Amino acid sequence: MEVKRQPALRVRELNAHQLLRGGELEGANRPARLEGEELEEYVQERVLLTTLDKTVAWARSNSFFPLGFGLACCAMEQFHAAGPRMDIARFGFEAFRASPRQADLIILAGRVSIKMAPIIRKLYDQMLEPKWAISMGACCSSMGVFNNYALVPADKFMPVDLHVPGCPPRPEALMHGILKLRKLVQDDPDMGWRERYEAVGTEEAPSDV
Amino acid sequence: MTPGEQPTLSEYRRREQSITLSPLDEQAEREESAQDATQELLTLNFGPHHPATHGVLRLLVTLQGEVVRDIKPIIGYVHTGIEKTAEDKAYWKVIPIVERMDYLSYYFNAMAYCGAVETLLEVQVPTRGQYLRVIHLELNRIASHLIWLGTSALDLGAVSIFLYCLRERELILDLFEMSSGARMHTRYFQVGGVIDDIPSGFERRLREFLKVMPGRADEYGAILNSNQIVLERLRGTCPLDADTLLSLGVTGPLLRAAGNPWDLRKATPYSSYEDFQFKIPVGTVGDNYDRYRCRVAEIKESVRIIEQALDGLPEGPYVSPDRKVALPPRHELSTSMEALIHHFKLVTEGFRVPPGEVYYAIESPRGELGCFVRSDGSSKPARVHMRDPSFVNLQALSHMAEGGYIADMIATVAMLDPILGGIDR
Amino acid sequence: MPDATGLELLAQELGDATLETVYFRERATLVVDPATIRTVLSALRAKGYAFLASVHGVDHYPDEPRLGVVYELLDMSRVDRVTVKLRVPTDAPHVESVVADWPTADHQEREIYDMFGVVFDGHPDLRRILMPEDYEGHPQRRDFPVGGEPVIFTRDETKWLEARE
Repeated sequence: MEVKRQPALRVRELNAHQLLRGGELEGANRPARLEGEELEEYVQERVLLTTLDKTVAWARSNSFFPLGFGLACCAMEQFHAAGPRMDIARFGFEAFRASPRQADLIILAGRVSIKMAPIIRKLYDQMLEPKWAISMGACCSSMGVFNNYALVPADKFMPVDLHVPGCPPRPEALMHGILKLRKLVQDDPDMGWRERYEAVGTEEAPSDV
Repeated sequence: MTPGEQPTLSEYRRREQSITLSPLDEQAEREESAQDATQELLTLNFGPHHPATHGVLRLLVTLQGEVVRDIKPIIGYVHTGIEKTAEDKAYWKVIPIVERMDYLSYYFNAMAYCGAVETLLEVQVPTRGQYLRVIHLELNRIASHLIWLGTSALDLGAVSIFLYCLRERELILDLFEMSSGARMHTRYFQVGGVIDDIPSGFERRLREFLKVMPGRADEYGAILNSNQIVLERLRGTCPLDADTLLSLGVTGPLLRAAGNPWDLRKATPYSSYEDFQFKIPVGTVGDNYDRYRCRVAEIKESVRIIEQALDGLPEGPYVSPDRKVALPPRHELSTSMEALIHHFKLVTEGFRVPPGEVYYAIESPRGELGCFVRSDGSSKPARVHMRDPSFVNLQALSHMAEGGYIADMIATVAMLDPILGGIDR
Repeated sequence: MPDATGLELLAQELGDATLETVYFRERATLVVDPATIRTVLSALRAKGYAFLASVHGVDHYPDEPRLGVVYELLDMSRVDRVTVKLRVPTDAPHVESVVADWPTADHQEREIYDMFGVVFDGHPDLRRILMPEDYEGHPQRRDFPVGGEPVIFTRDETKWLEARE
């Protein structure tokens, strides 16, 4: 019984090199190899050149880990955005984490009362860099329907990257907002909020253990 | 402040610390002498941010091992001052404010408030308006129970039920969008009736939904009813008898699961509920499993009510013809001067309500939802108080879950169906 | 609801405790003396009104006595509701707590304390329930301002950041 053995590594390298240049393996009827411009086109169709920043931004933007955080009515529409019709998992955001240490996107869904504000700030501080915040709905972006003693707009105590208006915003509106955030992250990861809010130096320092 | 110094904390902040340990009673130690004498009670904070607390509910749980000894719920993390804001607005502008209280049963909030104001004004809602209200109320009941089922199953670990329930809920929200233009918080109910008649495709779409829904409810039953995990976690856990529940003020499916068939739709029928035939699902033991089965059965009963309402939907006006209370139809504005004046007066100042106080109670998916409106004769209410069922039902949590394990407590919170928007208002 | 005559008979039975009876829109209300609230509720429970549906507060500003507490009772066997009200002034806002007889009043009385400032004597754990516990003021009173924040628009952001300095 003859076992077909894999050719040696160097031979396989050479074979791959030939494949890349448009050739065939040894032993078959070989067409002409690609040379010059055709070779350039062939390679360009198959190899991508980019910068590390862009790659990392692309990877980050396509895998937000939202924090599972719902406060009030907007949370119901957030469920629907993760539901079967408007499926947030299509874009890669289905892993709602329960712990802020593992999340990088906080979607403030609902009204923020004065009792809850310091807790949200604590949650936001516990998230790892880089992190983004979406303020979903009218109540946390501005004061919404209830402009009274009990509520705080989210901008007052934490930096928000994106506001989604609506009361509650449709799941499609939330998706539009998230995709806009994704585009923002792909084009310009550093949104400059640290300079605007004088927060340079508040990144979590790595612990020297 | 030097690095080693502790900041002085107020009493409130000190109580916010996450964990406290306290020695067990000496009495209890002597009684359970077989156990380790160095056992301690652990007070754990199920913080406002927790995947299993159905909103921002904070529970201070005192544990002995895994057995729950004491639960203190702390609420107020989504307090919105709804009742205070409502005092500042004209009567019909209060409707969207009050709708956002119990955010899963928005039609019920509006119904309780509109019912109270209609009682004060002595305005009759025409039958077509009442039937339309019933259709939307029962659709909202189904939608609320679907979210309850989805999130409770999620707590127990059955993730796919969540997606199935959301699939049905999308159908219901499509219907709401057809009739009023918005999926949630629709402002469909107005004082005197509903804001607009149902459009032409609504009935057909609703019938398609009604054909599909009982089968889906049976599907959920088939998946969960005999499931070993669901049975082990829900059957026999955290029961509470009907008398204790009544003394705690609990109504709704929790009370019905314990055997008391009290339902305001049958006892004090409002909005022509007496025209419909439906059964009240009642449990026997009052444990978590009965609560679960009661609510799923209620979904099917709601489907029957909607079918009867749709079949018997009478012709006629959908809102009260009293122009001093309800907006005139737009086509009259170009021909009738009185209609124009009424429209102007209603939109700018609003109607005035004679002074008095009224408490109007309806049956929401969670229990008795009451609205207390006090009017002092002006166009803004002097006090609006919503008696929210979840606020009162929450007091039963400590009675139910004490003596059980933590996992049972999680299941009990799920079966209690608390909606923090209603609790905190 | 008991009809008007039934309400008058009820009031007569309770004697000195009732200050006033109101029959409005087919709903019966008894206004009672604040010091007698527990006996009144027990007497009504003996008559069959065994379910306390709601305890809530009202501010009658500017009429004195300002703070009111309303108790909604329900008789499930006869499907009857009756309302019991009492009023206390702001300088002596003490009402006896009914939690010992009606455990449902626990959170609800705490809410009235939080929102109106009515102190319930005998309540096991009277502290704020909806507002943070170190909050000052009683928000639902009519002379407490509604409050609110000016809306922060992005176009005003530079002005707002400058104002902070």
